[in-house]
Amino acid sequence: MAINISANSKLWSFPGGIHPPERKAPANLKNIQRFPLPPAVFIPLRQHVGEPGELCVAQGDYVQKGQPLTIPGVDNGLPIHASTSGTITGILEHPLNHPSGLTGPTICIQPDGKDAWYPRQPIADIDTISQREVLQHLQAMGIAGLGGAGFPTARKVAGARNIDMLIINGVECEPYIVSDDRLMREHADEILAGSLLLQKLTSAKQLVIAIEDNKPEAAAAFMQAISDLQTDTNSANPVVKVVPTRYPSGGEKQLIQVLTGKQVPVRGLPADIGILMQNVATAFAVSRAINHGEPLLERVVTITGEALQQPGTAWALLGTPIEYLLQQSGFKAEEIKAENKQRVIMGGPMMGFTVTNLQIPVIKTTNCILAPSQQELAPAQAEMACIRCGACEIACPASLLPQQLQWLAKAKDYDGLKQHHLGDCIECGICAYVCPSQIPLVQYYRQAKAEIREQAIEHQKSEIARQRFEARQARLEREKEERLAKHEKAAEARKAAQEARKNAAAAGDEQDPVKAALARVKAKKALQESEGGTAKTEQKDAVAAAVARAKAKKAEREASEAPANDKKDAVAAAVARAKAKKAEREASEAPANDKKDAVAAAVARAKAKKAEREQLAKLEAEHKNDIENTQDATNHKGDDNS
Amino acid sequence: MSWFIGIMALATIALVAGLILGFAAIRFRVESDPIVEQIDNLLPQTQCGQCGYPGCRPYAEAIANGDELNKCPPGGQATIDHLADLLGREAKPLDEAHGEEAQKTVAVIRENECIGCTKCIQACPVDAILGAAKQMHTVIADECTGCDLCVEPCPVDCIDMVPVATKPERWKWQLDQIPVNVIDASKSTSAESASKAS
Repeated sequence: MAINISANSKLWSFPGGIHPPERKAPANLKNIQRFPLPPAVFIPLRQHVGEPGELCVAQGDYVQKGQPLTIPGVDNGLPIHASTSGTITGILEHPLNHPSGLTGPTICIQPDGKDAWYPRQPIADIDTISQREVLQHLQAMGIAGLGGAGFPTARKVAGARNIDMLIINGVECEPYIVSDDRLMREHADEILAGSLLLQKLTSAKQLVIAIEDNKPEAAAAFMQAISDLQTDTNSANPVVKVVPTRYPSGGEKQLIQVLTGKQVPVRGLPADIGILMQNVATAFAVSRAINHGEPLLERVVTITGEALQQPGTAWALLGTPIEYLLQQSGFKAEEIKAENKQRVIMGGPMMGFTVTNLQIPVIKTTNCILAPSQQELAPAQAEMACIRCGACEIACPASLLPQQLQWLAKAKDYDGLKQHHLGDCIECGICAYVCPSQIPLVQYYRQAKAEIREQAIEHQKSEIARQRFEARQARLEREKEERLAKHEKAAEARKAAQEARKNAAAAGDEQDPVKAALARVKAKKALQESEGGTAKTEQKDAVAAAVARAKAKKAEREASEAPANDKKDAVAAAVARAKAKKAEREASEAPANDKKDAVAAAVARAKAKKAEREQLAKLEAEHKNDIENTQDATNHKGDDNS
Repeated sequence: MSWFIGIMALATIALVAGLILGFAAIRFRVESDPIVEQIDNLLPQTQCGQCGYPGCRPYAEAIANGDELNKCPPGGQATIDHLADLLGREAKPLDEAHGEEAQKTVAVIRENECIGCTKCIQACPVDAILGAAKQMHTVIADECTGCDLCVEPCPVDCIDMVPVATKPERWKWQLDQIPVNVIDASKSTSAESASKAS
């Protein structure tokens, strides 16, 4: 059944949800800023799920803005691009934008301040080329979903078939975050252009733009953009749907439920019910990539929190260290010195994580940097016992049983967790937010999910190890059998030879020894043949022939050379050759010596190890003797006593 | 006479039921997973031999024949529990005599010291070492199970067991194990951290 949504059609609801304080106010009042270029940008090789691509630049290279730095690998990932022009000062281990605070390979670029563009190739008319080529272009431009997990957009579009409805998600329900809000207010036309391109690519019948009702300016901007469009009255115009504010209505599954009343099946995708969802910022990036040929190099980041003097939004180049953004927004360093400790949260207060290092770069999924004061966002309190109030169960938007999951996670009952659909948890953090006992429920689920994933990986690895082990066992078995068969054959041949000799001996002692020798030769030949000798003899013949040929050739050459050669010249040439050879040998001796030394060292180590082992054995033997002696002695003593 | 009819009736019923059962046993036979396979699936397949058997499958066979469950250090307590669940036996703590549950490691050959003796290649139970006589050897890290068996045969001691580094994609959200969770803003300057990073 095709779903049809009009501007005033009914809205549904999803279970649970909360209304936390929105606190969008100071940051959403100003236009999106553009800071001066940062002193250095750090672009991690791996920005999305999957393996990083193959590096195609080296340290010291000059790169231009938008120049690809990697080539996607086998898993068809996204390339990364230089976000500004400059020199690559290093490819090094740098802290990653990841809750673990681990480091990873990162390209460090020192901007030259020119911001010089790499040649851009916009697509003039997407109707003239195939969908495949457009998607390839989007992949080459590094377009990823900017709303959540950073999934490659081209792959998401390519994987979706029979799409009824394309939903452009401008809900942005998490407190503090206003990046999409500002982008919609200032660039609604560009977002709309990108959305229409995406609609064309997916051949979706309907385009719906969903905006929460706390962003009336953004909705108005879209209405304006749509009425400005008004070119094609035949096709259904895009619909702007204003949805009630409730966290987490911006979640993919929740928003679909609010708009259509349909639920995405468990372990399914929205495409299974004919829906595709893209974030507004992604639509904007698609438009920039197709109409202007610009790769995804920057994104709007909300920089907010009471610890900042000028909270707001900014276009941040991918790879900008967050410390630079905080400094530009007036990080109140003096006050922090007084307090001495300052939490910085990557993402919003519900789903974000506390960063461990301010040098971590902005990546494609960085939507907010939050520096709250102590009063604003109290640090996590000590966990207390669960009082079974059920608040989490009421608030859970995925209709799970958070309390039960918590017990199971603490008991490490991973099968039980799977039975209780832990996989459907969207990690929205509501359960931890509403918990009166301050239990960080969502952390338990994240750990359990990681553990389940780890077990799956381990199981896969052990399966491979088992196969390799069995293959090796089979090979060893086969080799053993082959060896045995060979020995048997040899033994038979020997036996036959012996018998032949015996027979010859029996035939007559007086017979001449020549016959006996002949028989021996025959027996030997038989033995050789039974060992696969025919091939060998053929080979021998071939070798002999080759040797003969080589000799003939040499003789021929000598014959032809002899008359021409002056003897003196030949001697001089030989001397020169000898000298050259000597020089060469001397030159090459130095490294050879190193190698010799290494080998000598290795041999010495081996000897030392052997000696050590022998000594150990000796000591043990002595020890044994001692024990025996003492035992003997005590025995003797006992004898004496008795 | 009636006793004869009774016996005949019972015998007939027994015969018919027997035929039906016999037919069903052949026709509807379910290829069940033999217990050894199931046990083998639970073992970690490091093939390290710490249990005293030459590989995981021989140990699985031994368990099926009544050997103790707690001889597998790489599997640890989790494997013991799973085995106990499967076999309905008591889960004992790991037998210390066979080793302790240790961090996952991978073998690394110090390649400039390798003399190319092939002894480690022969020792590796999963063919994870590549090389030839008098040629440098190297470990295929992805295939290495960290079983330790190649370390002892090496005549020049050039094999190290290195702990497996945690990657972000396999990090387990142990937030409590991150040393500093709060940024000391008074100290952090970009120059300092940048130099640290490089």
